[in-house]
Amino acid sequence: MVFSNVLLVFMMSLQFGMYGLMVDNGLKAFTGHIQIQAPAYVDDQKMRQTVPDVVTLAESLREQLQSDFVSARAQTFVLASSKDRSYGVAIIGVEPKFEPVVSSIPGLVKEGRFLKSNDATEIVIGKTLAKNLRIGLGDELTLLGSGLDGSFAAAVVNVVGIFDSGVEDLDRSIAEIPLGLFQDIFYMQGAGHQVVITAPNIDLVPELMARVQALVPEDEKHVIHDWNRLQPGLKQAIQADMSSSFAMYAILVILVAFSVLNTQLMSVLERTREFGIVMALGLKPGRLGRLVILETMLMGLMGVVLGAIVGAIVTYYFTVYGLSLPGMDEMAAQFNLPARMYPQISIATLLAGPMIVFLFSLLASLYPALRLRWLHPVEAMRAA
Amino acid sequence: MTAVRCVDLCKTYIQGDTEIKALDHLSIDVDAGGFVCLSSPSGGGKTTLLNAIGGLDIPDSGEVWIEGERIDTKSKGQLAELRLRKIGFVFQAYNLIPVLTARENVEFVMQVQGVPAAERGELAINVLKEVGLAGLEDRRPAQMSGGQQQRVAVARAVVSRPALILADEPTANLDSKTSDGLMDLFSELNSAHNTTFIIATHDQRVMAHIPRLIRMLDGRIVDDIQQHAP
Repeated sequence: MVFSNVLLVFMMSLQFGMYGLMVDNGLKAFTGHIQIQAPAYVDDQKMRQTVPDVVTLAESLREQLQSDFVSARAQTFVLASSKDRSYGVAIIGVEPKFEPVVSSIPGLVKEGRFLKSNDATEIVIGKTLAKNLRIGLGDELTLLGSGLDGSFAAAVVNVVGIFDSGVEDLDRSIAEIPLGLFQDIFYMQGAGHQVVITAPNIDLVPELMARVQALVPEDEKHVIHDWNRLQPGLKQAIQADMSSSFAMYAILVILVAFSVLNTQLMSVLERTREFGIVMALGLKPGRLGRLVILETMLMGLMGVVLGAIVGAIVTYYFTVYGLSLPGMDEMAAQFNLPARMYPQISIATLLAGPMIVFLFSLLASLYPALRLRWLHPVEAMRAA
Repeated sequence: MTAVRCVDLCKTYIQGDTEIKALDHLSIDVDAGGFVCLSSPSGGGKTTLLNAIGGLDIPDSGEVWIEGERIDTKSKGQLAELRLRKIGFVFQAYNLIPVLTARENVEFVMQVQGVPAAERGELAINVLKEVGLAGLEDRRPAQMSGGQQQRVAVARAVVSRPALILADEPTANLDSKTSDGLMDLFSELNSAHNTTFIIATHDQRVMAHIPRLIRMLDGRIVDDIQQHAP
């Protein structure tokens, strides 16, 4: 019971730690924790759903939040043509100075460099897109699209960096150019589509959200969304993973309950003669049954306490030093992610598993306790 | 006053294809303070009768009354309560709880009765002294001889001063000297506390010691003799 409780504490803490990492890394790649957008943009990402004076708004937020983790963006779709080929691409206008603090893509540039100047005619593209367009560093790329006013927009930019996120969708369909250049090409007149904000960690998002809402009241031009609204798929993926994990935990709990049932049943059978004696002397079967349940309860409580203590010690060690699985270092480096997983210890992860094991153990002790009701003292005293 | 009344008791066991009548329309009365010996060859029904009187076994038919209260219709829990309050048992195999010391074994019944710890501790020490086991209070059954264990069993049976003590072959595992000592102890307790004793035995020395002798055969009473005054 102690071992299973230690295992549950560690596994649940590790699982929640991994969810934290998944959310953190998933959001750091591109979305951020919070975005300010035009009201309809989240459901209908049209060019005309703009946030006016997006750079000024981002600057103002950086100042008022006293944080650099704020960056403005604009986004549209263009036809990107090289000498040989053309592909449809989502083109993102970013602030070169602040994008690296809200997104992991700048850190994933494996060839060349990330964008430097806000107005330079340069572009960073994904590895797959570069391969598809058959271009490399220093090559020119022609962008053709529509401006905010519906007019024809076109520009020629130089490839200065190629990123490799390991996520095929991103590497194939995204390219980043400086926001100033984006606004020039697409006649944005200072507008953009998002102000992206990230919090130091996921737990601080609600507090940060409240501060942003106080600073930028929602109106017909601005709405503020947190990551749940921006990436509902991420939360659904976590919920789906939790469901399958809880099925595994349920199997573990049932196995423990059966082992308790077996132990208590054996312990009752081994003491049949003693139970016969005490019943002959006047102990009621119900009271004897309650003693067996009390015995399981004490055993279970010991399991909870020891399991939680040992589990906490083991888990705490890994929260400090992290856990690295073979091959994880290379994979993590490839995706610009931390090389180690860190369990997330909390009251819930410490006590939820052991308490459920405790309750199931009590349930499992009911049958041996009830069996005593049918025990016949004379026959029981004859037992060896 | 009648301490025990059995009316037309029948109990049949089936062993394979054979039907064994352990009690066959048996009726007896035992007065309060009575000292009765049940004697029969093995399989004569004396243990079955003791179990029926003690509420450890329910007869197929007939009635069992203890101090004017019919018990054969009671539930398991009610019978346990009755044994706890009114009946003390001395078994042939002692039936002490091996993990408890002599004193703890004697205290057990009082503990279940809810007697405070200090009071039951003092009573246990006194009764162990009374049965000649002073100084052996902290020994476990495995550390004691058969006679000493039987004395602990007697101490456990009498410590809460039950109205009735049922003893099944209490001297079967004892030498003659220890056996005589035990019977003297029973006589003392019977006269001192007016406790009713029903003792099942086929030991001639025990039979000679007891005022009323009931001989049984095949579940029936064949002889009921008042041998001498109690």
